[in-house]
Amino acid sequence: MIPELGNFAVMLALCVALVLGVLPLAGAARGHGGWMALARPAAAAQALLVAFAFGCLVTSFMVNDFSVAYVAAHSNSTLPLHFRIAASWGGHEGSLLLWILILAAWTGAVALFSRELPQAMAARVLGVMGLIAVGFISFLLFTSNPFERLLPAALDGRDLNPLLQDPGMIFHPPLLYLGYVGFSVAFAFAVAALLGGQLDARWARWSRPWTLVAWLFLTLGIFLGSFWAYYELGWGGWWFWDAVENASFMPWLVGTALIHSLAVTEKRGSFKNWTVLLAILAFSLSLLGTFLVRSGVLTSVHAFATDPERGLFILVFLTIVIGGSLLLFAWRAPSVGLGGRFAVFSRELALLLNNVLLAVAAATVLLGTLYPLILDALGLGKISVGPPYFESVFVPLMVPLLVLLGVGPFVRWKEAEPAGVARSLRWVAAATLGLVAAGAVTLRYSAGVALGLGLATWILLATGWHLWQQVAGRDWLRRWAGLPRSYTGMLVAHAGIAVFVVGVTLVKGWEVSADVSLQVGQSATLGGHTFRFASMDYVKGPNYLAARGQFEVSVDGRYVGSLVPEKRVFTVQNMPMTEAAIDRGFTRDLYLALGERTDPLTWVVRIQHKPFVGWIWAGCLFMAAGGALAALDKRYRARRSVQVRLPVHAELGHA
Amino acid sequence: MRRFLYPLIVFGALVAVLAAGLRLKPAEVPSPLIGKPVPAFSLAQVQNAGRSVSAQDMAGQVWMLNVWASWCGACREEHPALLAFSRESAVPLVGLNYKDARPDGSAWLERFGDPYKVSALDADGKVGIDFGVYGVPETFVIDKKGVIRYKHIGPLTPEIIHSRLAPLLKELNDA
Repeated sequence: MIPELGNFAVMLALCVALVLGVLPLAGAARGHGGWMALARPAAAAQALLVAFAFGCLVTSFMVNDFSVAYVAAHSNSTLPLHFRIAASWGGHEGSLLLWILILAAWTGAVALFSRELPQAMAARVLGVMGLIAVGFISFLLFTSNPFERLLPAALDGRDLNPLLQDPGMIFHPPLLYLGYVGFSVAFAFAVAALLGGQLDARWARWSRPWTLVAWLFLTLGIFLGSFWAYYELGWGGWWFWDAVENASFMPWLVGTALIHSLAVTEKRGSFKNWTVLLAILAFSLSLLGTFLVRSGVLTSVHAFATDPERGLFILVFLTIVIGGSLLLFAWRAPSVGLGGRFAVFSRELALLLNNVLLAVAAATVLLGTLYPLILDALGLGKISVGPPYFESVFVPLMVPLLVLLGVGPFVRWKEAEPAGVARSLRWVAAATLGLVAAGAVTLRYSAGVALGLGLATWILLATGWHLWQQVAGRDWLRRWAGLPRSYTGMLVAHAGIAVFVVGVTLVKGWEVSADVSLQVGQSATLGGHTFRFASMDYVKGPNYLAARGQFEVSVDGRYVGSLVPEKRVFTVQNMPMTEAAIDRGFTRDLYLALGERTDPLTWVVRIQHKPFVGWIWAGCLFMAAGGALAALDKRYRARRSVQVRLPVHAELGHA
Repeated sequence: MRRFLYPLIVFGALVAVLAAGLRLKPAEVPSPLIGKPVPAFSLAQVQNAGRSVSAQDMAGQVWMLNVWASWCGACREEHPALLAFSRESAVPLVGLNYKDARPDGSAWLERFGDPYKVSALDADGKVGIDFGVYGVPETFVIDKKGVIRYKHIGPLTPEIIHSRLAPLLKELNDA
């Protein structure tokens, strides 16, 4: 009964989405107020129906209803409750319903927080989101229904893939989807503005907070995915340039360009066409990611069980949504006109460079991701593009971007004086060079490490110096408290990039690892730490059997902690899994994973010493926090009168 | 005006590539070993530690090598297809029991049935490395001259056996 109710709710949601996707848009085109007024209630009804359907699916998992095919394929009666709930999005069908739920939630949120929008604009934005929902709900109902019954019912389920039985599974997909799908709001605003011909500063200001929130969720989603891969996959890597990771990284890069470009459009009215194109591209790349994951054109650890029919459906949908919006862009953008003029050396130019570098970076990632597919389609053979390609093209693009990141905030809008900028930054540059040189003498690091640490120092010092210039004086505390949140958010996010760069540089440059064969009682030494294999126990978990090692870690004979790695065999799927043990620290992680047992007493053990690896994720959290601060800026919450108050912070020039 | 059409044109090319990609099978990564002689190996048999099996033993006939392990779930999935194949076909199927322990491997064969003419025990996975195995199960087709002609990654299904393997085996046997 419950699955049928869920199914019915999804069907009703499709009908509501059709109403939402057609009438408000038609109403906006013909000036029919009644049709436009339908947008908000329809968005609310859609959100409630989809939430109800999702609740039905989760309930089916909670009560172990193995007469539902999807539940039988992804759960098991021995699976703990929290993983049964997370198993709702453990496969293609359920994760698609999660996607739809999040789209409906974003649509509902726009309906709720769009009171200050002109009626036609709100109707168009919600209508566009409704059309997207029509596509996804049809996809679910016609090719991937999670509520389908299995007759006869299975006695027990096939269990959730053991790789996914982790707290990461509870948070990573919802956060990532909140980001992915969140770009649909910026997309809908862009399409609505093109339709209405109102591509102006107000449009940019409405889009900014939504884009920032989507961007921060995407940042958190990617962060969690990376963090999860680090401890779960058992070999200590944190980014693999896997096709699906790239699929989430491309919208992030374009989204980052978009939040900067929106700043220009809001402040100066420039870059309108470029901004609208970025808004279309950010969501298009999210859709492309969906296609890549769910169509089977690329192989990846993330790929869902695939089916050509599904691939075709998404491809057609992709073509209509992206092709349609790009056609609209080609038709309407030429009439939008140019924005405010700016001099060669200005904040606008700095942000243009930022945009070009980020867009080129996204394009190189796209090329690397699709290159195997392109060659294969042309019959030129099968190849795989790995980290060597991505690292050799990505790093050279990021170096100028990071240098620019330090300079950007010091450059004035409209027209700046190069000599003045150089004057304000000369001590920062001198201090950076001095610190790097001092470090090179004392620590004798390689050129790569020097470059990475130099860039991070440059960003941190420049960001700190900029803040100091704003608040220096006797009443610095009051001034600091009075800074606009979007400015503070920018500083925090930029500092986060510096922290991230430190982590990446030092892990790449200084990590050491060893594979050793150990028996109980023996020790191995790595990076100044001694690891003693103290004992090995065999334990039984809820749905697995495990060999659990106990390792004592000491430095110069002083005990500093213990590590407890496991090797598990999940009984339902008979699948072995490695649970690495990690001792986290501010300046280093100790990472220990059990390999194979070579004879009854001897285990191969992989030990890694990873300096500053935690800084990678700390940096991501700083970036997300910066996004949150910026999104909470007062002027986004103010009503229509906000325009009048804008010039107050204009001289501060927050980007 | 025309420059605003560029994004659409680029996207059109992308869609063409993706549409072509839909009809391709990324799992069919060609092995560099195709067209090369089968790597030499000599290993103890799984069910009889005293006797060995080697690539030499199979020379002069068309045969298949299937990489399997008792810890491999996908092998369980393809097992019925292999049992059916061994009943229907005269082509000998040799098992390579990859990174497994002898008692586990032989117990698995006893429990689920043995489609193999013989299975070789590759306990440390060294022979697997020579064959470029990167996932279990994998299946290789070797011709009369001892040259690898085909490789399949992942579980075999009755459909793949009938549509791909059977015509190839017939062709090789007739050659």
